[in-house]
Amino acid sequence: MRNIWIICRRELNSYFASPIAWLLLTMYSLIFGYFFWNLVGYFINNAMEMQMMGQNAPVNINEQIIRPLLANNAFLEILFIPLITMRLFAEEKRNGTIELLATSPVRDSEIILGKWLAALLLYCWLLLYTGLNFAFLFRYGHPDIKTMGVAYLGLVLQGAALLAVGTFLSTLTRNQIIAGVTTFAACLLLWVFSWVSSYNSATWATVLSYLSVLSHSESFGRGVLSLKDNVYYLSIIFLGLFLTTRSLESLRWRS
Amino acid sequence: MITVQDLTKRYARTTAVDHISFTVSKGQIVGFLGPNGAGKTTTMRMLTCFFPPTSGTASVAGYDVLNDPLEVRRHIGYLPETPPLYLEMETIEYLRFVGRLKGLAGADLEKRVAFVLDRCAIGDMQNKLLGKLSKGYRQRVGLAQAIIHNPDVLILDEPTSGLDPKQINETRELIRSLAGDHTIILSTHILPEVEQTCEQVIIINKGKLAATDSVANLQARARGAESVILEIGSRTGDFPASAAHERLEQIAGVSRVVRREEFTQGAVFEVEASRGQLVRGDLARVIVNAGWDLNELRPAAMSLEEIFLQLTGSPAAVDTPVAESTAPESTPPPPPPEAPAPEAHA
Repeated sequence: MRNIWIICRRELNSYFASPIAWLLLTMYSLIFGYFFWNLVGYFINNAMEMQMMGQNAPVNINEQIIRPLLANNAFLEILFIPLITMRLFAEEKRNGTIELLATSPVRDSEIILGKWLAALLLYCWLLLYTGLNFAFLFRYGHPDIKTMGVAYLGLVLQGAALLAVGTFLSTLTRNQIIAGVTTFAACLLLWVFSWVSSYNSATWATVLSYLSVLSHSESFGRGVLSLKDNVYYLSIIFLGLFLTTRSLESLRWRS
Repeated sequence: MITVQDLTKRYARTTAVDHISFTVSKGQIVGFLGPNGAGKTTTMRMLTCFFPPTSGTASVAGYDVLNDPLEVRRHIGYLPETPPLYLEMETIEYLRFVGRLKGLAGADLEKRVAFVLDRCAIGDMQNKLLGKLSKGYRQRVGLAQAIIHNPDVLILDEPTSGLDPKQINETRELIRSLAGDHTIILSTHILPEVEQTCEQVIIINKGKLAATDSVANLQARARGAESVILEIGSRTGDFPASAAHERLEQIAGVSRVVRREEFTQGAVFEVEASRGQLVRGDLARVIVNAGWDLNELRPAAMSLEEIFLQLTGSPAAVDTPVAESTAPESTPPPPPPEAPAPEAHA
C-alpha cells in the first residue's frame, strides 16, 4: 500500500512538473467551457421563446443542460485519456527508469496500481474543473444533485476503465505516440461497438454492444445506478490492469 | 556475498550468458570485464532480478534471485548503464523518491539523503532539475541512488562510460572509496579501469566465463618476470641499434630483448628479465658506459589488455613462453612475434 502511494505521488508530481497536467487542464476547461456556454445559451433562448409565446413548458436543467453536457463530456474524455496514459510506461521504458522500478523492492502490481491511480487522480482533477461550471447552475437554479452525482460516478468509472486499457497499451511500446494512438483507437472502438446492435440482433452483435462503453454510460447519465453497468466497468478495470501485470511480466522474461 | 552457479540466459535465438559460475566475497571490488555484447549487462540484470535466468541459480546476500527477488533487491544497489533518472525531477526530490522506494522513511530517509549528497559531492546540485545536469553529475546522482539504502552489494554497469577523463577519474575515486562498506561488481570494457579500481576480475566473452582471478595473479600468470621499456638515443650521429641490441642481451639476468622501434638517432627496446632478477640498474650502467643517452626507462607492466586478448581472442598470443632458465651467457632466443599492445583506451 505504501509503495503504491510512493509511486503514485511521483507520477502525479511528474504530471504537474512537466506541463502535461496544466496543458490538459487548460484545454479541457476551454472545450468544456465552450460546451457549457453553448448549452446554457440554447437553454435560455428556448426558455425565453417559450415565455414569449405564453407557454409554460417544463424546463429541466438536469435533462436539458447537465445530461447532454456530461454525455458530450464522456466523449471528450476519449480524446484526453490517451494523453494521460501514453507516457505511463512508454516513457519509463525509453528513459531506462523502468530498470530502477523493476529492481527496487516493490511488486509489479504495486508499480501498476500506483501509476494507474495517478492517472485516475489527474483525470478526477480534470472532472473537478467541470464542476466549477455547474456551480453557476446551482447558484441560479435547482438541479438535482443526486442525478448529477450518479452521472459523475459514471464518468469516473468510465475513466478508470479506459485508463486501465491505456495503462496496458503503454506497457507494449517505448514510443509514447504509438501508446497514445493505440489507446485512442481502443477507446474509440470500445465507444462505437454498440452501433452494430442498431441494425443487427445476432448474438455476436449483442455481445459487442454489451462491450461498448456507450451502452453503459447512458444509464449513469440518466441517474440510474445499475449493477450491470458497474460490473461492466469494474471488469474492464480488472482486465486492463491484469493484462498490464502480464505484459510487465512477459517483458521480464523476454527482454 | 554473491554466488552464481551455472547461470544461463537464453533468448529466442541466442544464448547471451552460458553457464557462468563465480563467487564474490564480502567487501571486494570485482571487475566484470568483456567486450561489448559479452553478456555483462545480462548477467547483472539477472543478479538484480530485473529478469530471471533461463537456468542456473544465483544468490545475493544469501537470498535466491528466483525465490526471494524482493529480498535480493533490498540488498542491492544498481546503477544501470544509463542512470535511471527522471529528468523532470530535482536531485533531492529524486533521491527522496528512490529512498522511499527502497523502504526508507522519516528521519532515516533525510539522514541518508544528506549522506549520499555529501558522499557523491552533489550537494550543490540538490535543487537542480536532473535534466539540466551534466553527464558527470548524472552519473554521480546515479551512484547516489544506488547507495541510498546502504546496500550490501553494489552493481554498477559501465559506471564511467561516456564521461570525460576528469569525470572518469572522479567516478573511479568515488567507487574505490565505497569499497569498504559495500561489495561491488562493476562491469566495463575498459581495461585500465579494472587495473585501477578492482581487486578481482571476472572476464567473460561471448557469454562464457574466460577467467576469474585477482588482478595481480592474472598479471603474474601471464608474465613471470619484470619487463622494462628502454629508449636509448645517441647525440653523436647514427645509433647502432643492432650493436645495442646485442649488448643488452649480454647483460646478466636478461632473458629477452625486443626491438620495438628504431629511428636514426635512437631506438626503443623492451627488455624482459628472468624471474626474480632485477636488471634495471645494470641496464642503465651499460648504456651510459657505452656512451649512449638513456632517454627513458620504465617498467612495462603486462596490461590486462594483453591478458584479455590472450583469454578471449587471438590464440597466437597465448603461447609466448616465459623463459625459465637464467643462464646468463646463453644464446638468446630469437625475438618471438609480439602481440600489439595499445597503451591507451578511451
